[in-house]
Amino acid sequence: MATKVVMAQLSPTMEEGRLVEWKVSEGDEIEQGDIVAEIETDKANMDVEALGSGVLRKIVVDEGETVPVGALIGVIAGEDEDISGLLEEAEAAAAGADEEEEEEEEEEEGEGAAAGAAEAGGGKRAGEGAAAKAAETPSNGAGRRDGGRVRASPVARKMADEEGIDLSRLEGSGPGGRVVKADVEEAVESGVGRGAAAAAGPERLTEERVELSQMRKAIARRLTQSLGPVPHFFLTSEIDMGRALDLRAEINERLAGEDGEGEPAKIGVNDLLLKAAAEALVRHPEINASWGEGEIVRHGSVDLGIAVAVDDGLITPVIRDADRKGLRRIAAEAGELIDRAREKDLQPDEYQGATFSISNLGMFPIEEFTAIINPPEAAILAVGRTVEKPVVVDGQIAVRRRMRVTMSCDHRVIDGATGARFLDTFKSMLENPLAMLL
Amino acid sequence: MAVITYREALNQALREEMERDESVFLMGEEVGEYDGAYKVSKGLLDHFDGNEWRVRDTPIAENGFAAIGVGAAMAGLRPIVEFMTFNFSLLAFDAVVNSAAKIHQMSGGQFNVPIVFRGPGGAAIQLAAQHSQVPDAWYSHVPGLKVVAPATPKDAKGLLKSAVRDDDPVVMIEGELLYNIKGEVPEEEYLVPIGKAEVKREGTDLTIVAHSKMVHQALQAADTLEEKHDLRAEVVDLRTLRPLDIDTVLESVRKTNRVVVVEEGWPQGGIGAQVADDVQREAFDWLDAPVARVAGLDVPMPYARNLEKQVFPDAKHVVRAAEHVCYLDQD
Repeated sequence: MATKVVMAQLSPTMEEGRLVEWKVSEGDEIEQGDIVAEIETDKANMDVEALGSGVLRKIVVDEGETVPVGALIGVIAGEDEDISGLLEEAEAAAAGADEEEEEEEEEEEGEGAAAGAAEAGGGKRAGEGAAAKAAETPSNGAGRRDGGRVRASPVARKMADEEGIDLSRLEGSGPGGRVVKADVEEAVESGVGRGAAAAAGPERLTEERVELSQMRKAIARRLTQSLGPVPHFFLTSEIDMGRALDLRAEINERLAGEDGEGEPAKIGVNDLLLKAAAEALVRHPEINASWGEGEIVRHGSVDLGIAVAVDDGLITPVIRDADRKGLRRIAAEAGELIDRAREKDLQPDEYQGATFSISNLGMFPIEEFTAIINPPEAAILAVGRTVEKPVVVDGQIAVRRRMRVTMSCDHRVIDGATGARFLDTFKSMLENPLAMLL
Repeated sequence: MAVITYREALNQALREEMERDESVFLMGEEVGEYDGAYKVSKGLLDHFDGNEWRVRDTPIAENGFAAIGVGAAMAGLRPIVEFMTFNFSLLAFDAVVNSAAKIHQMSGGQFNVPIVFRGPGGAAIQLAAQHSQVPDAWYSHVPGLKVVAPATPKDAKGLLKSAVRDDDPVVMIEGELLYNIKGEVPEEEYLVPIGKAEVKREGTDLTIVAHSKMVHQALQAADTLEEKHDLRAEVVDLRTLRPLDIDTVLESVRKTNRVVVVEEGWPQGGIGAQVADDVQREAFDWLDAPVARVAGLDVPMPYARNLEKQVFPDAKHVVRAAEHVCYLDQD
């Protein structure tokens, strides 16, 4: 069977890669795992491994060319296998991408022209706004960000904060795309941007690169020597799920009473775990991180991978910006992604580039297990089944619903205590579930 | 309640305070025999039996009689000094600013200066550059003075009575164009406290801050805004310019999120500049738009009627500024 060699996404922010060098030539025998090429990402040069064995039949992308993530760069197949179908497919995909690009360029030009219509103004009667107006460049919503800052009036900011609305998702109706009070009021009514930053929650994440200390380098070097390229260690904790399950039942009862079109019929336990993980990751950005070349990258968003079993294996669809989404939204997205994963209908950008993953075998009689980290993520959480069992509460034996989770951590990035603090937050989120919904 | 003019209300206040307290006396150019240039002191000299110690005509020497007033106040009397208009108070600036405003502090509190300087300020009709000036910001700049600028007959009477009874120098700026306006004034005795603004019209969509003549332009603009845009403008009348009652303004801004500050005077360093500063500092998180100001044009007042109209801020300017802070004038 033919194996595609594609431009792999080697970091969550990578959108395209340049082929630096082919390490093999057309006609060479390839074993699965062989290094076939070197590519340059936005961060570093990295090797591409063959995902199957055979002969390198075709080099599709030549050295020096830059192609988007997911593009076919070569084909490994049996010596006489027909690969014409694969090659045609790749050609069609490349042509499609070009067209899209052209369209985008045209749109950009259009915006530029509109934004150029700046208004002249200036009256001597102080204020009356004429002078102030000249300073505000009128433009459409897309122009409202100045270096990432969303333009919003102070009261709009305050209201958005109180209502938990993400200003960056609103179209500002004021001058220069300024988000004004009326826009936030409308959003409150329609629910747009809702469930963003929790009002009392920690600040938004920003991408951060942590310089490696000598100690951190030594830890990385020695542990890698000891245990493969990603030195795993494991932390297990048992969580009392009683309150979370009660809350879930209550939410579902409420949802059943609503005629929520497009909303999920139910919130699942897994959705609660995703929400808790997202909230805990925002509070522990050191877990939401990756080992890079000579640095640790703390990601600017929480992108949660969900390990989903499919017929012949496993795939991890990703919920983007999970920290900025409410429970219902997470449930809706997870439901849809999982369904499509089972139908093998996911696009690469829907299953690549998670910053943390959860693997839940709670539907099986598995009380606890360990999962293997999916690089470049630094951790994965393995979730076992929730079981009723006797536990000691205030000196008395009581029956409680308990769930064991085991987090696998990349020791180059995460130390035992760091991981333990994260798990502690995760546990207390689930044991006091209202806290994570606020 | 009786409906009387602003002029009559002031006249009543003078009469009542002079009757109440023998140490209160009125002094100024033509306040006695001629009944006052604007007839504010009409009948007062007769009422007090022609006693010139109660109603004193002075020579045309503003710094002289204003300074005599300061001395009389230090000596225990309660003078009311009338400037025929505040344009002439420029000649007495030294008496007001350097003497009246400073003596309490410089004497270590040994002397109070319970004096009232009053008269009309601002433009009337075709009085040209030297006789159309707005002294509001000039006097409100000075620590040691209290400055009031009433817009209605009721406030004029109540504030003048409070000013007379105040132990510190009070500058009361009236308006020539206000003297004939009519309004309800309580029959019984009352005072309007110095340092208290008043909401003259309740609203929810924007706040128009004004004082004196401009309160009437603001109210007119508020009517237009309601008819034209269904906007409910709240009109806050500052009434006192020093000490400024910013709390009433802030309370309104926290409700409406939008502010237009209106004044007759020049823009630079104006009352509106002070209000805008207080608002942005104290109510930043409540603002939905930058504070807008309406002021007189930044020029000496022209004599020609058509040009004078261009310079004088009116309700149309206020409406335009209101539309701007409500984001109604885009495109």
